Amino acid sequence: MADLLEIRDLRLQFNSMRGTVKALDGVDLTVREREIIGLVGESGCGKTITGLAVLGLLPRPQAEVTGGQVLFRGEDLLALDGRELEKMRGRLVAMVFQDPLASLNPVFTIGDQISRVVRIHKKVGRNEALEATRTALAAAGLPPDEALLDSYPHQLSGGMRQRACMAMAISCGAPLLIADEPTTALDVTIQAQILRLLLDLRDELGIAQILITHNVGVAAQTCDRIAVMYAGSVVEQGRTTDVLKHPRHPYTMALYDCLPQGKTASELRTIPGSVPDLIDPPPACRFHPRCAHVMDVCRSVKPGATQLSEEHWAACYWVEQQERGGAGGIP
Amino acid sequence: MTPLLSVQGLTVHFPVGGGLSTRSHEVVHAVDDVSFAIERGQTFALVGESGSGKTTVARAVLGLNSPTGGAIVFDGHDLTALKRGARRRAMGDVQVVFQDPYSSLSPRMTVHDVVAEPLRARSDLSGRELNERIVTLLEMVGLGTQHLWRRPHEFSGGQRQRIAIARALALEPKLVILDEPTSALDVSVQARILVLLEELQRELGLAYLFIAHDLAVVESIADRVAVMYLAQIMETGAADDVLHRPRHPYTHALIRSVPSPDPERRADLGIIAGEVPSAITPPSGCRFHTRCRFRMEVCDSVYPEPHDTGGGRLVSCHLPDGFDLDQGVTTR
Repeated sequence: MADLLEIRDLRLQFNSMRGTVKALDGVDLTVREREIIGLVGESGCGKTITGLAVLGLLPRPQAEVTGGQVLFRGEDLLALDGRELEKMRGRLVAMVFQDPLASLNPVFTIGDQISRVVRIHKKVGRNEALEATRTALAAAGLPPDEALLDSYPHQLSGGMRQRACMAMAISCGAPLLIADEPTTALDVTIQAQILRLLLDLRDELGIAQILITHNVGVAAQTCDRIAVMYAGSVVEQGRTTDVLKHPRHPYTMALYDCLPQGKTASELRTIPGSVPDLIDPPPACRFHPRCAHVMDVCRSVKPGATQLSEEHWAACYWVEQQERGGAGGIP
Repeated sequence: MTPLLSVQGLTVHFPVGGGLSTRSHEVVHAVDDVSFAIERGQTFALVGESGSGKTTVARAVLGLNSPTGGAIVFDGHDLTALKRGARRRAMGDVQVVFQDPYSSLSPRMTVHDVVAEPLRARSDLSGRELNERIVTLLEMVGLGTQHLWRRPHEFSGGQRQRIAIARALALEPKLVILDEPTSALDVSVQARILVLLEELQRELGLAYLFIAHDLAVVESIADRVAVMYLAQIMETGAADDVLHRPRHPYTHALIRSVPSPDPERRADLGIIAGEVPSAITPPSGCRFHTRCRFRMEVCDSVYPEPHDTGGGRLVSCHLPDGFDLDQGVTTR
């Protein structure tokens, strides 16, 4: 299917008092129409920054894009000015965040705040906006009645609040939703209900999604494809089953081995070292100081993508060497 | 041999409101008639969703909440009956590690001070002996002398949790309460802390009361597990048995809701509808009946007394033994 969003070699840094934080080191990501792609990685790897960059929501002047493109149906979102960004948000791309209580305004009712969004973005009247609000609430699995429209965020449970945020995000018909850890603050039984909702939004309304999560299980159960991030780059991307059942990048393999699923604590594997400080990241492949398969070249030149199948690639010299057929490989 | 910790019929209610005009007779049922026992050197896990009462149980054992009823017998002493001073002496053998290592360590204290504090309060170690003991404790958790004079903000989340563990071990406790000790950590860091906890248990013969909501974590570390829902225990038994052969519909639904990282093992995302009811007016009969797929008439009114189904397995449910939760039928 066609590409809805294409992020090409996105580079971004933050200028802070301590120095320049090299947050994104060439992110490549494609999102197709009507698919859920998971952006998976540990804290600080740049998942959320990537999402915020797509929407132009990063703080300026601290955040500085130093290279790359974000193409939405061929148009570079990074080239838009403030007014054009305003028009784009909500209509083309929308976002929901981890903490629904923090992203809803406590002094407005649910009905008020969602219909206000519709009125601003779609430039429609009060009644039409209210109608769109009811439709969005129903699509998000909430009863679109007066009681709900008139309730304030604190009167709703965590799961209902997250549904209200989802309703707001889809209220203006955006074909792409960026969901940043939408279930992390929720209990598993409620998480299951929200994941079901994400799948329904894809299947019934055709909404493509970037699902940002640190939870490999959440990604495994909902995503069509997965991109694994480490220290500011996507290191492996492919179909969910390819990436999780047959991981090839040493980081993806190590991450999967850390999961406690069905293992006793003494069988758990760990990754040596810790996540690098991005003010002074390791040169070339940023994973090399922790990698079990590190070679000399990993310390001097950043690896490009090695295509493993039509859908599956990994950015790693060790993988490239294996693909070329064994131990000879790179000197 | 008597268990190290025996919690019998523990009940903790909190009054609702508290302002002069809003005072009412309503209470939050945080913990209702909870009983379990922990053997020496064993890991006992309390699992459940937020608001199920697991942390309140831990706080009651620590003496941070006063029980409304029931007994907490630790090493032969009923902690609820002891006077303040005697209780404090007995409590040296119970230590705790909290979920969030960013708020459980004082930002103004060095690592040395953090670990020294319990030793200064409870032991007569002084000078060199104290310093040697602190270094030994830090080495046990994988830190070294180079970390002694730093403050918490200089450490990562995993390292801070190690400091909190060193502090908990300072007085050579018999029981360590671990309240979601890895929930705030990334998976690669979580794995290391779990490995460390298991090593320490083996070396020091510690018992753990492990509180968690992540079933995979519990499976990797626990010997026995109790599943809590709305202030009560639904099911208790050997961890492996409960997590692989659940007998209670809630445990079953909880396990099936967990998204597995194996994409070929589909989670059942629709198995449990609705939300947890209010703990102020909990449902009558079985508390899970409002959300249970196998609800019967009796469940609405009669509380299912926990019954032993063999091997220390206690289940609070009216369904007959041998009921197959996957198929929804009785098989024998």
